[in-house]
Amino acid sequence: MKPIAQLIATAAVAAFSTSILVAPAYAAAEAPDVLVKRISNDVIDTVKSDKDIQAGNSKKIIDLVNSKILPYVDAEKMTQLAAGRFWRQASAEQQKALSEEFRTLLVYTYSGALSQIRNETVDFKPFRTAAGDPEVVVQSQVNMTRGEPIQLDYRLSQTPQGWKIIDINVLGAWLVETYKSTFASEIGKNGVDGLIKKLHDRNQQLANKPLKAPQK
Amino acid sequence: MMNRHARALGLAAALGASLTLGGCATNNPKDPFEKFNRTMFSFNDKVDQVALKPAATAYKKVTPGFVQTGVNNFFGNLSDLWSSVNQFAQLKGQDGLNDFMRFAVNSTLGLGGVLDIATPAGMRKHNEDLGQTLGYWGVPSGPYLMLPLLGPSTVRDTAALPGDSWGDGWMHLYPVNDRNTGIVLRAVDQRASVLDASNLLEDAALDRYEFIRDGYLQRRNSKVLDTDKAQERAEKVQKKVDQVQEKVEQRLGVKLAPRVDDGSAEPETAAPAAGNAAPATDSAPNNPPAPAPVSSEPAPK
Repeated sequence: MKPIAQLIATAAVAAFSTSILVAPAYAAAEAPDVLVKRISNDVIDTVKSDKDIQAGNSKKIIDLVNSKILPYVDAEKMTQLAAGRFWRQASAEQQKALSEEFRTLLVYTYSGALSQIRNETVDFKPFRTAAGDPEVVVQSQVNMTRGEPIQLDYRLSQTPQGWKIIDINVLGAWLVETYKSTFASEIGKNGVDGLIKKLHDRNQQLANKPLKAPQK
Repeated sequence: MMNRHARALGLAAALGASLTLGGCATNNPKDPFEKFNRTMFSFNDKVDQVALKPAATAYKKVTPGFVQTGVNNFFGNLSDLWSSVNQFAQLKGQDGLNDFMRFAVNSTLGLGGVLDIATPAGMRKHNEDLGQTLGYWGVPSGPYLMLPLLGPSTVRDTAALPGDSWGDGWMHLYPVNDRNTGIVLRAVDQRASVLDASNLLEDAALDRYEFIRDGYLQRRNSKVLDTDKAQERAEKVQKKVDQVQEKVEQRLGVKLAPRVDDGSAEPETAAPAAGNAAPATDSAPNNPPAPAPVSSEPAPK
């Protein structure tokens, strides 16, 4: 009786504790399309309700990008993909510096895009993926006030911290793919350090430039 | 009318000549005409800075919104007819009818195309042209080519230019003065609609020439392959596969293994189903170009 009771008790405790350990992990593993939808709606609602941001308050927009978007973007992976074969040739410090500069450039780029949101809405297409795919693509389209909707897709990769965005497709062009040539030619001309410097200079330039509100 | 075509042909021929004669010995295999392209790009940039962008900015500021929309709709409507022809040429019957209906509805009920009532009615706008039709039928795009004034293109699309020019309804308008006014207006309208995006581009791109080139080539490829509809096509294929699977199950009187490959009973019948089942979620531009439905990959297991 006693050993069995003990056995049951141990089993119960084990199950309970593992479920406690496992449950948060499951809760954190948000499905990629749910994640993207949530971020997208969140960001758009924030921009639409905030007059300051619409007027072009750069600090607020950048804060928005940093707090609501960047945590879900794997900038290092994006840099690695954009650098291609040169990534392995770069030292650890160079990789770190390059990632940071590229992440900053992305922040400025997203900020510029966000400051132009007015009445656009986003529709998400049905999400299909094979079970267990480590990389997925979430498709959406941005309905513009004028002209056709713009195709906007996200490629996400699974990491221990959940799904992260590693590439964006606007109108059929993937961002990483588009930066690949620029990275390759710059590295070819001036090496990885040259590329880091160029990105750094561009970021300085963007930091000093106020975000323009679109002339509507 | 002949003048315009002759000029387009002449332009293409002159370009061809200058390309073969001019130095193509650059170090970029992806962009063999890079020197020529960069020169054209600077030229176009100058024209844009000096003339087009200021005109578009002023146009956007000064013209009332509904007039801008009307102009945009009018020219868009003309392009729908040619798009419809190209849809049929690509054997996309439903899209061809869609575009033709757009043209018909907007031209009549839309007061000559000024009102776009087709889009709210659910008829999506497509933008097919002769270059895409050629691409659909397997003509490779050829290297990147930056055309003076006309902007980025590829060798194939430049060769298709006389055809697209002929298919452009506005090009058949007389008198020529009115036609030219319309051409300028259309250019200004199109420039105005991408004003904000081009400002963004200046920030995001390290090398604008390369950024525009790579973005354009990807976008063009995506348009030829209709990647935005890849999901729909994959779903159609999936539906057909489901139907076939149901039929097979009925005939055999057994339940086939679920599509996620777990190696259960009926491996022979299940395997082909599993092999075709996973819809492609990859970006199609990375797959080898194929005019057929998106090639699906086997479920990764």
